[in-house]
Amino acid sequence: MAIKVIKEKCVGCGACVTVCPADAINMIDKKAIITDKCIACGACINKCPVEAIFKEEGNKGGVNIDEYRGVWVFAEQREGKTLNVVRELLGEGRKIADELETELTAVLLGHNIEDEANLLIKYGADKVIYANHELLGVYTTDGYAKVIYDLIQERKPEIMLIGATNIGRDLGPRLSAKVHTGLTADCTRLDVDKENRRLMMTRPAFGGNLMATILCPNHRPQMSTVRPGVMEKAKIDENREGIVQVVKPELKDSDIKAKVIETVKSDKPVVALEEAPIIVSGGRGLGGEEGFKLIEDLAEKLGGVVGASRATVDSQWIEQSHQVGQTGKTVRPGLYVACGISGAIQHLAGMQDSKCIVAINKDPNAPIFEVADYGIVGDLYEVIPELIQALDNVDDIMEAVKALSNE
Amino acid sequence: MKIIVCLKQVPDTNEVKIDPVKGTLIREGVPSIINPDDRNALEEALRIKDEHPDTLVTVVSMGPPQADVALKEALAMGADDAILLSDRAFAGSDTWATSTAIAGALDKIGDYDIIFCGRQAIDGDTAQVGPQIAEHLGIPQITYVEQLDIEEGKVIARRALEDGYYVVECETPVLLTAIKELNEPRYPSIKGIYKAYREEDRVKVWSANDYDVDRENIGLDGSPTEVNKSFTPPGRDSACEMLEGNSKEASRDLVVRLKERKII
Amino acid sequence: MNFTLTKEQEMVRNVMREFAENEVEPIAADIDETGRFPKENVEKMARAHMLGIPFPEEYGGAGGDELAYAIAVEELSRKCATTGVILSAHTSLGSWPIYKYGTEEQKQKYLVPLAKGEKLGAFGLTEPNAGTDAAGQQTVAVLDGDEYVLNGSKIFITNGGQAEIYVIFAMTDRMKGTRGISAFIVEADTPGFSIGKIEDKLGIRASATSELIFQNCRIPKENLLGEEGKGFKIAMSTLDGGRIGIAAQALGIAQGALDESVEYLKEREQFGRPLSKFQGLQWMVADMGTEIEAARLLVYRAAFNKANGLPYNKEAAMAKLFAANTAMNVTTKAVQLHGGYGYTKDYPVERMMRDAKITEIYEGTSQVQQMVIAGNLLR
Repeated sequence: MAIKVIKEKCVGCGACVTVCPADAINMIDKKAIITDKCIACGACINKCPVEAIFKEEGNKGGVNIDEYRGVWVFAEQREGKTLNVVRELLGEGRKIADELETELTAVLLGHNIEDEANLLIKYGADKVIYANHELLGVYTTDGYAKVIYDLIQERKPEIMLIGATNIGRDLGPRLSAKVHTGLTADCTRLDVDKENRRLMMTRPAFGGNLMATILCPNHRPQMSTVRPGVMEKAKIDENREGIVQVVKPELKDSDIKAKVIETVKSDKPVVALEEAPIIVSGGRGLGGEEGFKLIEDLAEKLGGVVGASRATVDSQWIEQSHQVGQTGKTVRPGLYVACGISGAIQHLAGMQDSKCIVAINKDPNAPIFEVADYGIVGDLYEVIPELIQALDNVDDIMEAVKALSNE
Repeated sequence: MKIIVCLKQVPDTNEVKIDPVKGTLIREGVPSIINPDDRNALEEALRIKDEHPDTLVTVVSMGPPQADVALKEALAMGADDAILLSDRAFAGSDTWATSTAIAGALDKIGDYDIIFCGRQAIDGDTAQVGPQIAEHLGIPQITYVEQLDIEEGKVIARRALEDGYYVVECETPVLLTAIKELNEPRYPSIKGIYKAYREEDRVKVWSANDYDVDRENIGLDGSPTEVNKSFTPPGRDSACEMLEGNSKEASRDLVVRLKERKII
Repeated sequence: MNFTLTKEQEMVRNVMREFAENEVEPIAADIDETGRFPKENVEKMARAHMLGIPFPEEYGGAGGDELAYAIAVEELSRKCATTGVILSAHTSLGSWPIYKYGTEEQKQKYLVPLAKGEKLGAFGLTEPNAGTDAAGQQTVAVLDGDEYVLNGSKIFITNGGQAEIYVIFAMTDRMKGTRGISAFIVEADTPGFSIGKIEDKLGIRASATSELIFQNCRIPKENLLGEEGKGFKIAMSTLDGGRIGIAAQALGIAQGALDESVEYLKEREQFGRPLSKFQGLQWMVADMGTEIEAARLLVYRAAFNKANGLPYNKEAAMAKLFAANTAMNVTTKAVQLHGGYGYTKDYPVERMMRDAKITEIYEGTSQVQQMVIAGNLLR
């Protein structure tokens, strides 16, 4: 499989060169030449005005995909509690399973956590495979990969979704290599090609500058890690019923080579950005570490939490746990206030699904205003104190507005 | 001890800009750098070498011939030797095929105690190649390493979680992936730069023929995944209402609007 | 003719740029304000072998070349002229004369730690009454048994008080004028050697500039550098090379000021559009850029000549004359382009303008460069 140019058709217009995200096309003697950098994304095929570019389908190995059915969700738990992202996966997995008219199965590994298994049914799973073993209480790559690999070989699911957490991103690639299947990382959108039973996995690339939709046509299961905070959470249905299958995996202490000898929870308050209804974020425009004091004040006033752009984290003005964006967290709060953030695409990728976005920036041409609902052009050191004051007097202001409109 | 560090040359995505008219990436003039997490991986290997001078640090990269610049830089930082896996046959590899190609080369090098990778590359952000190499080689892995101790025949690592960390102990050989909290990478030494270029043979180039790797498992054809399409992210369609006036007036306007929409 | 840098020089530039952005720029405003010598960055530079770029590895150097060294000074000076001159004075003035004129023993003992960056170097020629007229040296050195006894003082010595190894000039024979001057290597902890007044300066404020005082300072006979009476020649040839370093510093300052201006013009709006759209300002930027590029060619050419054993006396003087003039010109315009903000410490261009001035003065004023150039042309 490769992108090819039909030389006779190529008119040397260069349209393909401008659209190529990988900088993989050279114009030599007015003919397009595809170089090794090609990632076979096909962007040039659509762009070519004379249909001189095509994708050559190669001879790929794979499995008999008809043997594989069902959608699986990895129900990651820590200290016996499944994570929020599991509910997001169940919400998304439910939609996919319904579309494919197949079963949604949650795979839970742990030790003595039956209650969690039952809860997964209420959040939309048809079936829960609950592997109960003392060696599965705490996540280990070796233990989890072995147990899930055996389950996949035995039951052959067609799709497997994993939360893109620090653990999911450890497990996913290990499993995909073991099973010999493709894995698409950090997906922000999943669609189904029903006819071919293909999962269309969309993820940001090049630091969020580009979106790519990835397929895994000939291997199963189609695996994807999904960014926490992106998908809509499944709602609980107390009356929902399903099957919980408890399995007792064969697992020996010696199977686990990388052993967890201590687990430590951070005593720093966790910045629950993904859960916060309101986020106030600071960017390079703060000018320095001390600027976050102002951001904190506004966040506190609004009852929200503090977010940050990559630039501020790179400059060590604030800890990485606050970072919003492609390499940070994806958030969709009710209100996102961006202060002194220019709006680099990699930041927008992490927050543009917020319900209401307010941007405060000195530069009226900052790209952040393109995604904002409300914009204020000005020095944030002037605007934010005024904003805090206005919030203090919000009742008076609303009274005044009312009075004005009644006149 | 023998340590292999896998590193990738990447475009500095901080410098990637979008052409505002065409909506495409501007890659011209974007510098190529050693992937940041990989630098932390290399630094940690070099720190181990600083403490145990009999350590041999080999850096391995897969990429086009120009990627030798990244390897020269790694040598200038203090690595002992470098291998560039470069072959048209590797072109178009996804993470599975990439890890297969690299694992084959590491197998040929052999005898390693630790394989170090960065957690993820900034041009793909997948974090997959490290664990996949470990699986292909059949060795254990510890990812997201933020602190590392080396003891006789084993490593003790702190692997970061979102809300804390695990302390993981593992006998070597083991594959580790580094995050930036692990250390502060050193600068390449000027002396090292001249040495790396003077001693031409310190970067060996291996093609797919130079070691044992199954052709069916590399390159585009060996990749289970394929890119179906790529596109620039759609912007939000909401037109921004600019609040005019001085800071005070604009702030009041904003509060009124948020209140009316029951957002606050 | 080939205008491309070697791969090594290219990588040196990248590393220096990264170092300047990550380590030097963040403290530049602060050390300018306080005058604190940036010791921590000098140590970091030592670790990366940045303090002995043009010297061979056998003498502890990086095995690099003169052009790479000039590029290093340029890149540092783009962000902080102080840091640029610390490197330049250490390399060109403190270390190079030992490399060029020292005995094998002197090189092993003094050049190796200098080039490795374990010790910092300085150069003492200027005296209160012997500035441009270096022949008016009043410091004397008298041979007494196995030791020379130094008496006198030096002023305006860059890295003074911070350096551990000094190349010092003194009269060994007053009757012979310039031919009576000799060069010596003096260690900082030699009894009778002390640091006097530390200058409070307009620019390059964190570079140590101090007086050196010698009171019956006895140094071993072996520390005579070159032969007795060859001091003036050593001083003049050292300054020829030093000028390339200062020219590179001036070039870096100018480039830094242009970078700041370009960023500001794109960002700042007046009359509803960015300043970069105003043609009058575009003309200024075009001139600034052109001058800088011309300066760069002169500086690199002089460094190239030195690296390749070609004459560089005239080339170095031209490079310094032109680059210093460019630095002053460009930084003044940069402040102008920034308007009122440019005059404040909120933007770095006012610091750059203050820093630029010294490049027209030290290691030979612009008028001295003109003398050297004219001397070459009218020979």
